[in-house]
Amino acid sequence: MSQKILLSANEAVAWAACKAGCAVASAYPGTPSTEIMENVAKFKDSINCEWAVNEKVAMEVAIGASIAGARALTAMKHVGLNVAMDPLMTYTYVGANGGFVVVTADDPGMHSSQNEQDNRTLVKFARAALFEPSDSQEAFDMVIAAFEVSETYQVPAFVRLTTRTSHTSTVVDVGDGFGPGKVDRKPYVKDIKRYIPVPMFARPQRLKAQERTEALRAFACGTPFNRVEAGDKRLGIITSGVTYQYVKEVFPEFSVLKLGFSNPLPFELIKTFAASVDRVLVIEELDPFIEDQVRALGVPVVAHTTELNMLEMNAVRLTALRKEILGDVELPAVRRTDEGLPTRPPVLCAGCSHRGVFYTLAKLGATVTGDIGCYTLGAFPPLNAMDTTICMGASIGNVFGMEKAGMKGRLCAVLGDSTFFHSGMTGILNVLYNGGTITTVVLDNRITGMTGHQDNPGSGKTLCGEPAPVTDIGEVAKAMGFKRVVKVDAYDLAALERVLKEELDSGEPSVVIAGGPCRIAAKLTNAGTYEVDAAACKACGACFKLGCPAIERGEAVADGKRFKSHIDPVQCSGCDLCRQTCKFNAIKKIR
Amino acid sequence: MKTTNVSLVGVGGQGILLTSDILAKTAALAGLDVKKSEIHGMAQRGGSVISQVRFGEKVYSPIIPEGTSDLLVSFDRLEALRWRHLLAPEGRALINNMYLTPITVSSGQQPAVPDLAARLEAEYPQALYIDAMTLAKAVGNTRAMNMVFAGALSTLTPFGVEVWKQAMRERISAKLIDINIKAFDAGRNAVKG
Ligand SMILES: Cc1ncc(C[n+]2csc(CCOP(=O)(O)OP(=O)(O)O)c2C)c(N)n1
Ligand code: SF4
Ligand code: SF4
Repeated sequence: MSQKILLSANEAVAWAACKAGCAVASAYPGTPSTEIMENVAKFKDSINCEWAVNEKVAMEVAIGASIAGARALTAMKHVGLNVAMDPLMTYTYVGANGGFVVVTADDPGMHSSQNEQDNRTLVKFARAALFEPSDSQEAFDMVIAAFEVSETYQVPAFVRLTTRTSHTSTVVDVGDGFGPGKVDRKPYVKDIKRYIPVPMFARPQRLKAQERTEALRAFACGTPFNRVEAGDKRLGIITSGVTYQYVKEVFPEFSVLKLGFSNPLPFELIKTFAASVDRVLVIEELDPFIEDQVRALGVPVVAHTTELNMLEMNAVRLTALRKEILGDVELPAVRRTDEGLPTRPPVLCAGCSHRGVFYTLAKLGATVTGDIGCYTLGAFPPLNAMDTTICMGASIGNVFGMEKAGMKGRLCAVLGDSTFFHSGMTGILNVLYNGGTITTVVLDNRITGMTGHQDNPGSGKTLCGEPAPVTDIGEVAKAMGFKRVVKVDAYDLAALERVLKEELDSGEPSVVIAGGPCRIAAKLTNAGTYEVDAAACKACGACFKLGCPAIERGEAVADGKRFKSHIDPVQCSGCDLCRQTCKFNAIKKIR
Repeated sequence: MKTTNVSLVGVGGQGILLTSDILAKTAALAGLDVKKSEIHGMAQRGGSVISQVRFGEKVYSPIIPEGTSDLLVSFDRLEALRWRHLLAPEGRALINNMYLTPITVSSGQQPAVPDLAARLEAEYPQALYIDAMTLAKAVGNTRAMNMVFAGALSTLTPFGVEVWKQAMRERISAKLIDINIKAFDAGRNAVKG
């Protein structure tokens, strides 16, 4: 009996990988892709799966498995693909042996990312095949198809999800008797002409990759994933991915060419479709990836002034488009958003081990290049302790560049443990090698916090919960040759101040490891409770500078100019930091 | 059958995602097409959270266009105002009588809304309020507040109580199901009277 269940597209990818007989999967977490590998782990009996230390390594592991003849999958958020491009750009010449599927989860609208790059362009750049599911059922079907296409055409096959497919649950039919698929492994045959693309071997492969693109273009014209939904022919809409859903909502009556397989594009199919309708409109989320190619084919496309190539698509934006080009709709009457409300920005958790480091760096007036993780929140008031954030691992190179450019003062890079393993190790080595004197602070909370607490080489456990060696970041730095490596308790403000001051002023390169477990991952959110003795509190405001969400304004004094502090016992997790900031001993542990 | 749009909003940690999961499952068990969309990531660290559920014969868009929510289900009084642009002019608001002070207010960076009650009254004259926290305490587990609220929400949906409970059983562990069903009943009865 076929089985219908509600799955997000991320979950559906994992189920499909199992059904397709995927044997190896490797990924590095990143919103909105993280749940893919978390769910693959549920099928660990048939899929050998892992958290890699970064996306490049994840891609390389999957490539190795594919070369060995197994079906392999890697998944990453959009910016992760930037990290993994190097192996991809060559494996695409070599060509997949066992089915090789890459899932990229893009984030239009930047719900939890630093940019909204459209990875379809990178897939085209890599001459790879591209599927764009519009819901979880298609994600399921397309991952299975992607393995087939990858093996048939010896091509890396991409499945591009976006936040609204990754994190939307829809009904999926996973088919009869769901279980791990049995597929014959492709034989691995040693073949240096194929697997060692030195120039004389790479040139013929370059030509092969070109032929493959044209073969795939023919496939694209025939696959049922590219289909015409005939309707009113006065307008023909070409669309792909989740945008299809918005098109069906706002332009239900018109002809649609739905592209589920969008690289290489089915040129002939597009021309035939265009010839069958009066006008062609291309609607896609983010870059005009399809539209530019359709125009280059010489097909006239309806021009409009409604901006659609930035930020997340939705039905309201398409209604505005319809109003512009057809003039037969009005935008729904919407209650105004209320601008006057106090905001609820994300904050470091009550008791987060990162807080004391930022509090101290702010006090020391350091210039802090930051990185990506929960700790990026140290940039915001009242901590205000971060100057820059570029991409994972960038903090170290960035601050070293500042030093080289002659910037004075206390220069410091701050990054988390997962970020250190991801791409911080090469950064500190570069500082040491090239004579830098900056300080690198690693916030070692032994977990990948931001993306929902995944294990990493410092946490002692693997994706599947097996014990793993614990890599000591201090020992890594020492082995590289750092003379100044200091470990400090992230909950000891006096020690933090002493150590950071000493290291920042040392004139030598140094690495400080501020250790303290993530409050959530270590289940310490209820580890204790502190209280403010209102009689002893002088309303000096010192503890407010920590920005702990449990510390609230209490009684007003001095005509409401100052406030005593009060601790919300429900939110307080008992970390002790605020007690250390109080000169009047007004804060006490009560539990 | 017209697609029904439900927006569930509140603050991270209130159990919104479990509630929307169960609503979506209930709709699926009732044989309808359903889509449930939510935002993860930065929003989780104490920020505003939103989850959207759409159900009907055939659902396309995963997100609810502004101004077309049939129901605005707010776990917090302030959040009910924040997301008002989602609700259709004739839509209904279900509001948990709870106010979590935003850190921007408790730390003095931004002023509180002085006339929250009056503004809610003006915005949603037909709103249904429920004291989910008080009821959850009464059944003996404050963490079941979201299921009290789900019980109240159930009275505004076309699904039978048994379908709701089946969805809950599929989603909640055996250890915790009894207290959660009790909470659900408490919320449901509080509305039905
Ligand atoms: C190239 C890249 N991959 C993945 C991500 C997603 N991401 C953001 S922060 C983060 C991990 C942060 O973990 P850690 O450095 O340990 O800091 P914590 O959040 O625990 O404070 C990840 C994986 C990203 N932004 N960029
Ligand atoms: S999840 Fe962990 S690392 Fe992130 S803010 Fe909370 S305590 Fe800090
Ligand atoms: S001890 Fe102080 S700083 Fe730590 S969580 Fe409690 S109130 Fe916040």
